[in-house]
Amino acid sequence: MPQATVKEPDAKNTADYKPIHQRNAFQRWWKQIDIQLMVWPGAILIFVFAYIPMYGVLTGFMDYNIFTGARIFDNPWVGFKHFEAFFSAPQFVTIMRNTLAISLMKFFIGFPAPIILALMLNEIRGRFFKRTVQTITYLPYFMSWVIVGSMVMSLLSTENGSVNMLLQGVGAIDEPINFLSMREYFWGILVTTNVWKDIGFNSIIYLAAISGVNPSLYEAAEIDGATRFKQMYLITIPTIMPIIIIFMILQMGSLLNAGFEDILILAQNPSLRPVSDVIDTYVFRVGLQNQRYDYGVAVGLFRAVVSIVLLTMANYLARRSGNSLW
Amino acid sequence: MAFKRLGYSDRVMVIIIYILLILLSFTALYPFWNTLVVSLNEGLDTAKGGITFWPREFTWTNYEIVFTNDRILQSFGISILRTVIGTVSAIFMTALLAYGMSKSYLMGRKFLTIFFIFTLYFGGGLVPTFLLIKSLGLMNNFLVFIIPGLISVWNMIIFRTFFKSLPNGLEESAQIDGCSNWGVFIRIVLPLSGPVIATLSLFTAISHWNDWFTPTIYITNQDLMPVQTILRRILNANLINDVIGGGDSLASEKLSKKSLTSKSLISATVMVVSLPIILVYPFVQTYFVNGVMVGSLKE
Repeated sequence: MPQATVKEPDAKNTADYKPIHQRNAFQRWWKQIDIQLMVWPGAILIFVFAYIPMYGVLTGFMDYNIFTGARIFDNPWVGFKHFEAFFSAPQFVTIMRNTLAISLMKFFIGFPAPIILALMLNEIRGRFFKRTVQTITYLPYFMSWVIVGSMVMSLLSTENGSVNMLLQGVGAIDEPINFLSMREYFWGILVTTNVWKDIGFNSIIYLAAISGVNPSLYEAAEIDGATRFKQMYLITIPTIMPIIIIFMILQMGSLLNAGFEDILILAQNPSLRPVSDVIDTYVFRVGLQNQRYDYGVAVGLFRAVVSIVLLTMANYLARRSGNSLW
Repeated sequence: MAFKRLGYSDRVMVIIIYILLILLSFTALYPFWNTLVVSLNEGLDTAKGGITFWPREFTWTNYEIVFTNDRILQSFGISILRTVIGTVSAIFMTALLAYGMSKSYLMGRKFLTIFFIFTLYFGGGLVPTFLLIKSLGLMNNFLVFIIPGLISVWNMIIFRTFFKSLPNGLEESAQIDGCSNWGVFIRIVLPLSGPVIATLSLFTAISHWNDWFTPTIYITNQDLMPVQTILRRILNANLINDVIGGGDSLASEKLSKKSLTSKSLISATVMVVSLPIILVYPFVQTYFVNGVMVGSLKE
């Protein structure tokens, strides 16, 4: 092997050569400058686009004036004024109720749905049928909310929307119902659309877990005369239980995450606000569109703090159950 | 297991499952099919109603209007541009960062790991981000689609996990042959990461293509609007003429004749916007599925 490939062949002979662990920090850092240069552009981007906004949350404790721009400390401190304003706002109770109700409904319906789909797909022996169902049910996941929203509007339209046509056809209703402008239907439409969009894709992880079940367990159960339902109940479900639990715990961490894009798209009718306003859409409307920046920051910060507490708790629970996200 | 060998209760269960799955597939597919059919139906005829599974008066006119409309073509171009540039640059920057982070001797690695992971738990939120983008001069700037999304911490973790699993010997032998760390990254590591790059690129590209929200707050210039945002405005206004008619006399002329019949036109636009994903979807399905598996890898 040629000499030149050995690192620093000459340096070893000079008097000031020191092994790498004896040099000072800067020398060692300089020695790996090529690797450092890979990391720092990314670190700077994250600093700018993730950490500077975190510093911006201080404006939630100030009366922010847009003309101060980046010099936010020119603004007067007002303590918890905006937080108190939010907590005593007439919409506060409605917003919190909607946020919790929508996210709980999404959890109780949207969480088990893909598990049930995976269990059903597991009972299908025909490969072609199974693959076709999978391909079709994954598709909506990849569509934007604009596309999904346009389809929902078209289906539910009073002017010959397919749903109204079907309901009139079977005689369930006499007049077309304007579903997307009536409060009592909104949560149902929102949750159904979410389940429709995500059920196939979210089932992938459970299908993968099911495929890890030892086939000899099924064979043994069959010899013992267990029905297919019993095999599902006594073998498949217990085996994938750890994955179900970990996903369930992590879902609980996003309790204040009731949705954003879906609500903006589906609740275009302002008369739906009493049922459609959640924290995120409220921040968007009041904070950005009405330009009450400081108030919007405060409400957003309240949500972020509650979320981080919930997430940390969820991750702690997940760790204790023997699984961890990180 | 053959159906014949099943007991009575098992047969009932399997039949019920088949029926449920067929119903589910139908509800997943029908909205797409109905949109396609309506888009291929003559506009005035659509307004009479009753279009479900098959067009009554077949026509390509709606697509002709969509494809000759400057506003939509322009926004289509913006969407393609931001998807291509945004995906390539984001994947490269994130992979580069992840490669550096995969080196156990990287100084400050512990600090940087916490620095990155923390952003998964906590963020400044919508309003501070908006004020930042504004003060950076990224309002009404094409770069607002690209720069803020260059680094995805999730993808960084996935890349890093993958890079760590590569055999050390490869990199060492390249280094002995005189390759620098950058050379190793570009000539050895990236070519070996094909499947991971493909998967993460697909998800990044889809989120670029599907993003309609960023432009609604950061872009007011019509010429920079991607197609999803244009579509959303069409749906919002419920009058297609208002949005795409301006500046295109031929189209507005055609449209004003059919202002009542916009449903077919909207459907054609919806089909055109979702077509890129529907077309590539069957070919890349395995990558999508990989994505879930890759994403669930633990550190």
